[in-house]
Amino acid sequence: MLTLQFVPYNEIESLSSNSKVRKLLNLVKENKIVLMEGRLKPNEETDLIQRTMESVSKDFKGIELCTIYPNNKNKFLKTFLISLLIGDRTGLTVVGPANIVKEIKRDPNKILLLTENLKRKRKK
Amino acid sequence: MIIKLRDFISNIFLRMFQQRRSLKLGIYGPPNAGKTTLANKICQDWLGEEMGPASKVPHETRAIQTKEKIKVKHKRKELTFNLIDTPGIATKIDYEDFLKYKMPQKEAKKRAREATKGVIEAIKWLDGMDAVLVVLDSTLNPYSQVNLTIIGNLAARDIPVLVIANKIDLKKAKIKKVENAFPQYEVVGISAEKGQNIEEFYESLFKLVK
Repeated sequence: MLTLQFVPYNEIESLSSNSKVRKLLNLVKENKIVLMEGRLKPNEETDLIQRTMESVSKDFKGIELCTIYPNNKNKFLKTFLISLLIGDRTGLTVVGPANIVKEIKRDPNKILLLTENLKRKRKK
Repeated sequence: MIIKLRDFISNIFLRMFQQRRSLKLGIYGPPNAGKTTLANKICQDWLGEEMGPASKVPHETRAIQTKEKIKVKHKRKELTFNLIDTPGIATKIDYEDFLKYKMPQKEAKKRAREATKGVIEAIKWLDGMDAVLVVLDSTLNPYSQVNLTIIGNLAARDIPVLVIANKIDLKKAKIKKVENAFPQYEVVGISAEKGQNIEEFYESLFKLVK
């Protein structure tokens, strides 16, 4: 069974970068595919990769990560004002465990999630 | 006397200029994009020796490698830099992937362990770079998250970037796709292995650090 967990923006907005990354990684280690509202900052993305590498083991091979966000170039002022009022919640971040999510393809406005056949893998 | 004085002053200025130019040039990118092959090409061209071994097996470079004071001369201009070749950045490492290259299991597991440490090291070194060459395999989809994360982090740190679309000698190479993915950066298509378009690369390198 595949579990998708949605993490709304209001659940992470008050968290520090450290706690945000820890929360995401803990969920992924529970074999859940996380759909997070909004994006990670560049330094949070590298922090997530670093911590993932520290956690790689026999059972945890790492993560697949993908961020998608709308092209708001023509609505810069509107987007800026909204982000000032309610925070930067544009976009969607998908993080999944590499043993379940084989590949995430960005197209660039849609996400294709290719998953491993777990049943077949268990039989091996 | 006047000539000696002029030489003395010009030497001082030359040294000051060279010291300022001795910058840290990093090579970043995903595994197997050809980072070490490019580092070897630069080192062969200007030092007459290689940086390190390159291989078709991913994560061949698992520790930071550096060559200091590489002096590049191009069209009467001179540039001195320390070249830093970094391990490929990845979000997952599975030792079973190395078994496909007929590697013994023990060796594959060791390689995977070292590769995870290499990724951490590469990220740690990001802050110290003055300019970065992001090497991508032009036969692959450039919109991978690792590519975007590397470039996003360099942009956030205000580090100048030159995108290298490597492996243009291969039929599947699509430089245009790399250019479309990163329109805000200069993209140079090269084949580090075959030395194709290397002159244009050096030209862009001077523009990057000017």
